Amino acid sequence: MATLLQLRNVTKSFGAVRALRGVSFALEEGEVHALLGGNGAGKSTLIKVITGAYALDDGQIQIGGQTVSHLTPARARALGIACIYQQPALFPDLSVAENIALRLEKTSPLHTIGWAARQTRAEELLHRIGAEIDPAAEVRTLSMPEQQLVEIACALGAGARVVIMDEPTASLTQKEQHLLFAVVRDLRAHGVGVIYISHRLEEIFALADRVTVLRDGESVGTNPVDAINEAMLIKMMVGREVAAIYPLAQSAPGESRLTLKKVGCVQSGVHGIDLELRAGEIVGLAGLVGAGRTELARILFGLTPADAGEIQLGGQAVQITDPRSAIAHGIAYVPEDRRRHGVIMEMSIAANTTMAIHAQIFPGTWLRSAAERQLTLDFIRDLGVKAAGPQAPGGSLSGGNQQKIALARWLATKPKVLILDEPTQGVDVGAKSEIYKIIRHLAAEGLAVLMISSDLPEVLGMSDRILVMRGGTIVAEFARGAGAHEVMAAALGQKKEAA
Amino acid sequence: MLRRFSRTGFQGGRAPPHSKTQAPNLLLRDFDLMQKYSREISVAIVLALLLLVMAIAAPAFYEPQPLLSRLAREAPTLIVACGVALVMVAREIDISIGSIFALCGVCAGLLAGSGWPLIAVCGVVVLIGAVLGAMNGALVAGLRLPSIVVTLATMVILREGLRWKQQGAFINLPDAWQWFGLSQRGGQWTLIACALILLAVLAWVSRNLAAGRFLYAVGSNAEAARLAGLRPRWITLAVFVFMGALAGLAALLNVVQSPQVDPKSGTGLELKAIAAAVVGGVAVSGGRGNLWGVFVGVLLLACINPALTYLHVEAYWEKAIQGAIILLAVIFDGLRNRRSTN
Repeated sequence: MATLLQLRNVTKSFGAVRALRGVSFALEEGEVHALLGGNGAGKSTLIKVITGAYALDDGQIQIGGQTVSHLTPARARALGIACIYQQPALFPDLSVAENIALRLEKTSPLHTIGWAARQTRAEELLHRIGAEIDPAAEVRTLSMPEQQLVEIACALGAGARVVIMDEPTASLTQKEQHLLFAVVRDLRAHGVGVIYISHRLEEIFALADRVTVLRDGESVGTNPVDAINEAMLIKMMVGREVAAIYPLAQSAPGESRLTLKKVGCVQSGVHGIDLELRAGEIVGLAGLVGAGRTELARILFGLTPADAGEIQLGGQAVQITDPRSAIAHGIAYVPEDRRRHGVIMEMSIAANTTMAIHAQIFPGTWLRSAAERQLTLDFIRDLGVKAAGPQAPGGSLSGGNQQKIALARWLATKPKVLILDEPTQGVDVGAKSEIYKIIRHLAAEGLAVLMISSDLPEVLGMSDRILVMRGGTIVAEFARGAGAHEVMAAALGQKKEAA
Repeated sequence: MLRRFSRTGFQGGRAPPHSKTQAPNLLLRDFDLMQKYSREISVAIVLALLLLVMAIAAPAFYEPQPLLSRLAREAPTLIVACGVALVMVAREIDISIGSIFALCGVCAGLLAGSGWPLIAVCGVVVLIGAVLGAMNGALVAGLRLPSIVVTLATMVILREGLRWKQQGAFINLPDAWQWFGLSQRGGQWTLIACALILLAVLAWVSRNLAAGRFLYAVGSNAEAARLAGLRPRWITLAVFVFMGALAGLAALLNVVQSPQVDPKSGTGLELKAIAAAVVGGVAVSGGRGNLWGVFVGVLLLACINPALTYLHVEAYWEKAIQGAIILLAVIFDGLRNRRSTN
């Protein structure tokens, strides 16, 4: 068997964040190689390096035995690498045949289109993977798995030798999964190498030949699936013990601040949430991407209001219909995507800091700039923000400092419940531990904190209680001191109810 | 109230007073004003150079009476430009302002002709402008339609409706209306003063009132603003209403300058106003701009035509030069953005 793809000591950093730290990986001909790892372990970065979307900082890539330097997306495609993303990137208004043709044909804009040839080739390719899709159908009329099959057909048509599948089954039904598995096995039988990324361990055991586990940007090991079991995989994913950068819990939780009873929202796929949040307590919300954690936060903040169950604040049932009513009830939400949803880059740090207080006041109110400046300076000092000054634009700050300003914005509203969504994503280690101290300090002052995080050590280190979400609901609860693999197992759906 | 804590220790309690203004690090300095307003300053320098050239080459440019007339004629443009600048700050655009301006002018003429008192006419005309603006705003904010398309449609509808109604006929104004009943000189000064006071007030408001902050926030990042508790759609609606009201006010300041109301007035006003805003540093992509910059932009574009006349250059060049200025302004922005993203 020939090696289709070989990576040696690949490293890739984004600013201070080291996404890949010397990863080696090999894909053989006719192999399904599963790639496993927690959120942020480096899977996506590795894929983007292989597809040429990211240039690697260091290391070596060999494709088909040849060393390739300066891999670009076009080059990767030409060398037979195809990637099928969770959300297929097709043109919805064009037919299946046209979509396939757009990927495969390389003609000048003035070339006459061979409509009949396009049609027959599309039919051929779809037939080869056993898909019953009309090549003339518009892509928008196809279901998600059908669109994935079209993507696979494109990959085959391009003569792909390496097919990367990024969580292909995330949105598929059981039946569709089986169809997809059959296609994958068929690809393998034809000598194609498949890199298969999935969070579902049972799939990996059903489909893969080998599995490589990534953790913190490093490869923890590659094993044949026959030589390994689920418990071992979870252990590999979890790895190191909780580091000492987390401040100790000190406070006993106080009165109940937020209670959810059977809360759900059809639109966001969240259902049956029972939850209690007490003053002075940090509750970690763990789970995999797509488990419904951010969706729950958006319900609590009124972005997608709940349509079932009851939300109580301080013992009183309330309706949260929009962000303004959430804020009026003392709920603050620091969103996940700082650049898009948090700090406004063009506006000054001062304006960003006071945004949520000012949002509540009458438009004709005179903003007293001296008071605003003082408040901002206070936060800059208290939170240890490294900034040129209150008037510097938000975009001039580093990631960690932007996060502190996003936090300051909400602290300025003096909230009772603070929801943090991935508070340390993309933040360097030093700023991380500062943010942890701030969060712990806020809890000690009586704030109820709900912390969504995909960083398992962070959840374990910071939380007084840990809730695990899966499939839009809470599936497990752990007290402080729970083991990492119990939490990971619950997130992966291995054990139903754990103490 | 959350207790304060210092960076090094969490002893709680308020920090000692002397640390209030103490910087957390030595870098703490206000962001460089020259850099922040580099765009406005460079346009002002261009304007100053032009004025200097005129002072040397054609001192007749500064003869008081023609200069006063020219400035008075630009007063409505300044007001409309301020309005559209605010619309652009909120990341929308309004190209129906020329038509609203014309319609408001005709309404003023008709109402004045039927003997309404001056104050009542002014109030009603501004209100009509606001209602027309609300129509735009409701379509943009309520149905989330792109503002360029909505206001293109209302621009054509209002303009053609007016043409059908008036058939191009001018409306005679009562004599008492010319220059608000003042002397020509007094009237011109009044118009200029009105426009400048409004500019100063709006410039102050956009910086110091919460409403101004809302505009910039929504124009910079509407989703982030919503997550901070703002109501972007109401803010969008409000800015269109305000734009309409300003167009009505500008129409009044225009109408009093001549004995008759021209139903075709304001043709091309939207382009003039948007061009002035762009030259003055307002970003079409929203969230950036300053009304004093718009002021300089209006002055610069307004100077081109008379400057050409006094320098004995054919007036055909006016539009080409205006176009070149706009292009240069946008190129300047493009280069600066590229530098700052690198």
